[in-house]
Amino acid sequence: MPIVRTSRLSRNDHQLNKGVWTGAENRAANPFANGDSAEPEFNVIGKRMPLKDAYKKVTGEGVYADDLKFPGMLYARILKSTKAHAKIKRIDTSRAEALAGVRAVVTGKDAPIKFGVLPVSQDETAMAVDKVIFVGEPVAAVAADSEAIAEQALWLIEVEYEDLPAFLKPEESLKQVAPELALKDKVEKALPGTNVHKAVDQEFGDPTAAFKAARATPSGSFWFDGINHGFTEPHSVVAHWDADERVVLYTPQQVPHYTHRALAKVLELPMHRINVVRTMVGGGFGGKSDPFPHEIIACLLSKKTRRAVKLTMDREEVFLVNRGRHPSDIKMALAFDAQGKLIGMDSNALIDGGSAGSFGVVSTYYNGVLSNGPYYLPAFRYKGRRVYSNHPASGAMRGHGSVNPRFAMETLMDMAAVELGVDPCELRLRNFLPEMCFTPYHKFRITSNGIREGLAEVMRLSDWKNKWGKLPYGRGIGVGCAFYISGSALPIHWNKLPQSTVHLKIDMDGGITVHSLAAEIGQGSDTVLAQMVAEVLGVNMDRIHVRSQETDLAPIDLGSYSSRVTFMAGNAARDAAEKIRHDLAQAAAKLTGQPAQYFDFKDERLVCRSKPSVAVTFMEALHEAQADRGALIASGCYQSPPLGTEFKGSNAGLSPSYSFSAYICEVDVDPETGFVQPRHIWAAHDCGRALNPMAVEGQLEGSIHMGLGQALTEQMRYRGGQLLNGNFLDYKIPTPFETPEMDIVIVESIDPEGPFGAKECGEGGLAPIIPAVGNAIYDAVGVRMFEVPMTPDRVLRAIEEKKRVGK
Amino acid sequence: MAKKLLKMMVNGRAVEIACAPNQTLAVALRDELNLTGTKIGCDMGTCGCCTVEINGKAKLSCLTLAHECEGASITTIEGLNQYQMHPLQKAFAECGGSQCGYCTAGFVMKSHALLAECPNPTREQLKEELAGNLCRCTGFVKIYEAVERAASELREKAPVEPAPATAR
Repeated sequence: MPIVRTSRLSRNDHQLNKGVWTGAENRAANPFANGDSAEPEFNVIGKRMPLKDAYKKVTGEGVYADDLKFPGMLYARILKSTKAHAKIKRIDTSRAEALAGVRAVVTGKDAPIKFGVLPVSQDETAMAVDKVIFVGEPVAAVAADSEAIAEQALWLIEVEYEDLPAFLKPEESLKQVAPELALKDKVEKALPGTNVHKAVDQEFGDPTAAFKAARATPSGSFWFDGINHGFTEPHSVVAHWDADERVVLYTPQQVPHYTHRALAKVLELPMHRINVVRTMVGGGFGGKSDPFPHEIIACLLSKKTRRAVKLTMDREEVFLVNRGRHPSDIKMALAFDAQGKLIGMDSNALIDGGSAGSFGVVSTYYNGVLSNGPYYLPAFRYKGRRVYSNHPASGAMRGHGSVNPRFAMETLMDMAAVELGVDPCELRLRNFLPEMCFTPYHKFRITSNGIREGLAEVMRLSDWKNKWGKLPYGRGIGVGCAFYISGSALPIHWNKLPQSTVHLKIDMDGGITVHSLAAEIGQGSDTVLAQMVAEVLGVNMDRIHVRSQETDLAPIDLGSYSSRVTFMAGNAARDAAEKIRHDLAQAAAKLTGQPAQYFDFKDERLVCRSKPSVAVTFMEALHEAQADRGALIASGCYQSPPLGTEFKGSNAGLSPSYSFSAYICEVDVDPETGFVQPRHIWAAHDCGRALNPMAVEGQLEGSIHMGLGQALTEQMRYRGGQLLNGNFLDYKIPTPFETPEMDIVIVESIDPEGPFGAKECGEGGLAPIIPAVGNAIYDAVGVRMFEVPMTPDRVLRAIEEKKRVGK
Repeated sequence: MAKKLLKMMVNGRAVEIACAPNQTLAVALRDELNLTGTKIGCDMGTCGCCTVEINGKAKLSCLTLAHECEGASITTIEGLNQYQMHPLQKAFAECGGSQCGYCTAGFVMKSHALLAECPNPTREQLKEELAGNLCRCTGFVKIYEAVERAASELREKAPVEPAPATAR
């Protein structure tokens, strides 16, 4: 796989080294600062290596929540609502409680305190209180000696409902409703009496003038079905309210810290009485980043029984928990001048948030503000509405909030190119943001940016110029570009704590323990942290042991969401390792009489730069440093620099750095059936520096696969609020047959603030594939797709409509 | 439901386990024998995570009742690394064929059964054979690479006459 290194960045002239960016002082002291003109030689950075936990996973040794067993453990099942919207008139659990083997039954009244991942949307309860608002909402739960008994007990619980009219189309939730039809007590302040969760209205520049002056104003009304993360491990937790009056919750969480906070709130316990233990996470993709009702339910049942309680969901239940991508109705128009310069955007997004706030306030902003790249956008109008409805909650999913508007924008870019008679890639090249700039109004600070190199490379590899507009009917090629945050710069909970803290401990055995709460969810979080430490200390990876599971042991990290781990936890790990490095260099100086700053750390040795014959081993230096002190410990942290500007909501979309992607996709479209078969994908992604190219490729290949699912086959289908396809047979994730060959191009723009120049690669690579497919369909059969997924029936309908209109 | 004592060979060891008639092999392996390497992703035969070998054939243990396996020889992911890691397991780790790891046991077992019958599969054959297994992380690319690498290693090691798959 090719790696393209951008050369435009003249690092010695970089503003970074003039101390413009916050934090530059730290980097000046760092031996790996990018101010060095020569590329440093690395020990472990940039090397292809297996993930730290891969061997445990391939042998079956890895322990996931459902693999846990404790003495006397009970099994729980949840009774779910069968109504989309209804008052609960009566719940009678007495027959269930009387069943032999049942140990405890809980209902909504056992935990009425509200919680939610965002402090501004504390709108969920563990189980329904007074009324249910979606099919699948937990109403009661049972703990019993076996899962079968618990399941049997659910049938004995009597619930009497009184139906209420359901809100199943997002536009219905915009209307004023009677108080008893309000889905939540708190809604958007500006729109009282509605079921609108969040409203965002932003206008910058002069969009009206831009559209008046424009030469081309492509517009479209887009519909996106909701999709689900589809991770393979179902939700599963074990809670144990133990003899020490502490609660231990074993849960596959992307963000143990937020669960920790929510448990403390709902269970009314101080946080220190709760230990959240992250088990191995069998896929997350955003779907395991909310604090969940089932986590609290397991704790409640354990509180009643004082036994460990396991709660494992079946696949349909996982779909009903959802938190997937919002069903979205996006109306967007772009304005271009005669030279093909983008001069304005007007976007209107109505997104279906379902039954809970979840990350939705952020999603509402992201649907607008993440259109501020990768193109320069001088006039911006966005109206976003996220509504509550009687569907399972939408939330954060890989590429959070950016994926659907990205499809709209990239489709309109393509329409503009056709209208203006410009090659679509050329049109994009005319509009890309440069590196080292700010976006005009939201002041996103773009540092490194390798999108030009990326697009140029995939154009070359795909033979774009000889293919676009030149392939036979039924075959087409399309392009899509995107950018994404590399960690959200503003923490969800406003406080002065760092976003990431990492602790290191090295004792006389020479093993280096890394403590962090960044969650290994299969993306390689543990490996990245280990690489940081191994690189700084010049030691082998096998010395590094990452302990990233327990809130009891690990310093707070905000966890694995918003593509933040490599950048933020990575920088924190490097910071901690630098402190140990300092101590070891001092020890080497003491042993050799050479100045400490002369020592290079490489291959488990500390070698004097001026006199290479003078060297000590890592262990010699370690033991000297430990004299009179014992184990070396260090704490490192990361806090993003001050960013952005000052208007309401201006924090959304801020990140210390942004990744960039440019994808080209070739497809075959069968005009008889509407079936779309991707043939080949060329994908360039600027991840700053590929710390582990194998892992970067893996993230991109996975993103593309997941994006192809949304592009072509995946949709959550409902009737009357009932999910129709909550299983992997009817919810169609692409198989090997739908997954074409992919050429991954890693673009290394060497970010000035990323650890060793790295930035994100886990999420940004998803969005561009969907419009690349859509634009390729246009190139193949001449129809624009405004509905996603682009299923055969939709494509066929578009082809037939075109024929009808054409005639 | 009354349990019945079943005899079977699991990973080369003779075991007797008491199973209810409705208990699936997946649950029996995990709960009765503590072989939790076999994962249950959907419990309805749609994801392939629970794939094990029954008498040398790859089968979905969530769609197989334990009672059907009376007298059968079963190999799970734990059975592959007896004394040392199987080349497939090593290759999945080292090629990046396992990210979150939940589907890995299923893919490894399915590939293991495939390579016993077809030691040198083409990419197209791999796609066809692995199409019943779902991976949400990797986009399959690194999985194919891993199987191909293991296949080539196994071919180099293999005696001229390939041993039957059940001879372990």
